[in-house]
Amino acid sequence: MARITKQERRVSIILAALKLFSEKGFYITTIPDIAKKVGMSVGNFYNYFTSKDALAKELIMYISEYLGKSIREINDKDIPTEEKIYEIVSMYFNMADERPEMIEYFLRVYLSNREVFEDGCEGMLCVSAFVTEMMMFFDNGVERGELHNQDFFSAFGLFMGYLGGMVFLFGEKILPEPLEWYKESISQNIYNALKTR
Amino acid sequence: MHSKQDKKPSIIWFQGLTCNGNTHSFLNLENLKNLLDKFEILSHPSLPSTQNFNTVLSCTLECDIFIFEGAYDPLMKRNDTLVSKIVEYYAKSTKHIIALGSCASFGGLFKASAPDRNSGLLFNEQEKSGPLLKYESKVINISGCPIHPEWLAYTLHMIAKGREVEINKLHRPIELYSTLAHHGCTRNEYFEWKVDADDFGEKEGCLYYKQGCRAPMTHSSCNKILWNEVSSKTRVGTPCFGCTEPDFPRQNLFATKTNMSIPEDVPIGIAKRSYLTMAGIAKTFHIKRLEGKLIDYKTAD
Ligand code: SF4
Ligand code: SF4
Repeated sequence: MARITKQERRVSIILAALKLFSEKGFYITTIPDIAKKVGMSVGNFYNYFTSKDALAKELIMYISEYLGKSIREINDKDIPTEEKIYEIVSMYFNMADERPEMIEYFLRVYLSNREVFEDGCEGMLCVSAFVTEMMMFFDNGVERGELHNQDFFSAFGLFMGYLGGMVFLFGEKILPEPLEWYKESISQNIYNALKTR
Repeated sequence: MHSKQDKKPSIIWFQGLTCNGNTHSFLNLENLKNLLDKFEILSHPSLPSTQNFNTVLSCTLECDIFIFEGAYDPLMKRNDTLVSKIVEYYAKSTKHIIALGSCASFGGLFKASAPDRNSGLLFNEQEKSGPLLKYESKVINISGCPIHPEWLAYTLHMIAKGREVEINKLHRPIELYSTLAHHGCTRNEYFEWKVDADDFGEKEGCLYYKQGCRAPMTHSSCNKILWNEVSSKTRVGTPCFGCTEPDFPRQNLFATKTNMSIPEDVPIGIAKRSYLTMAGIAKTFHIKRLEGKLIDYKTAD
């Protein structure tokens, strides 16, 4: 059997912790819970992360980088902004479907337990990869003359707040249809709200 | 009697379409007399000259350095002689051609007023398609609106000493135009931490995000070789207008062009994605010393 590298081990801890934090909540989940889930001793866990808070910060960076990378792939395509919006919405909803723990963590842990992230994860520090990629998206849309030139956060909030809201409703089992069903209309709404007037 | 080697290089300073800005700027050179002693001024718009203007127009003189100030207008006449004829004659017979100021270099302000007609001597903005293409190896562009007198003094001294003035693709001396106007600005720390001046003319804050500062995208040595030896635009709180670049003059000089609050242009040679990453992180921190008036900030000791 091939030996597991330290990096692979780190990722497996990240993935296990993501699941536990988003299912059980950040405070209830303990380090022994996480260690048990990946099948390692608590002592060994500390070889990878110095504390639960440090792990929490790593997780948000992991998600931000994952999102950033996915959006970058879309940004790099030479397609109209309207199609990019559809692709970002799709990517986000697929992620909520297939890896709900990532978005759950973002919404339920990162945004709801600010005290954990106050020191070392404030502002853009841990979400830079994701936010930067959204900046690239908006900048390009305006440059192409397809998006209305306005304040970044007004546009960002409209886009991500909307998606976050839908995923939240989905998670609460309030949506009558699967997320997939909403992709088209939501992309249209976002585009209509942001396009050049 | 002077031997042939002792002969001072001769200069004809000739004006096309110009506001005289470079002439005036040059008169502010700290050691003007010192420099002039090394040259023979055959003709200059405001300095004592050994030849009269009509002789210059007769195209019978020879000079070592032909300085052309202003934009090139193919239909313009000085007295009754076409400027195009004069330029052609001196360009052919001289050793060095200096296109002085952004108008002579790239077209500048006068090109903006008649884009199909006027141009620089060698360039039309960044496109090398001016009337002196044939003599391109002789042309040195000293762009600026106006030029700093030291930039011309440096170039003339080099020529007087028989040393080669190394130039870049836009034919500007690399010694003067490798740096950016941003290098040496007293506001650099504000740029690093992304603290911007809210109002025009403030002592604190960087002018990049809101006030239109083009210095990180502009090749010049304005904050290295100071103006009047004491200051620069950005030091006193005026944004750099990018006056040395081929695309000068741009529109809305006092506002930064942004796309959804993101600066359209980022510092030369830095990928926008990298710039935005750094800027976002720097903005996260709040540095008290940089957020208020410096004189009000109390240190602990
Ligand atoms: S004011 Fe302009 S030159 Fe000065 S630091 Fe800011 S961007 Fe650079
Ligand atoms: S600071 Fe900028 S606008 Fe001012 S003289 Fe220098 S290059 Fe030109």
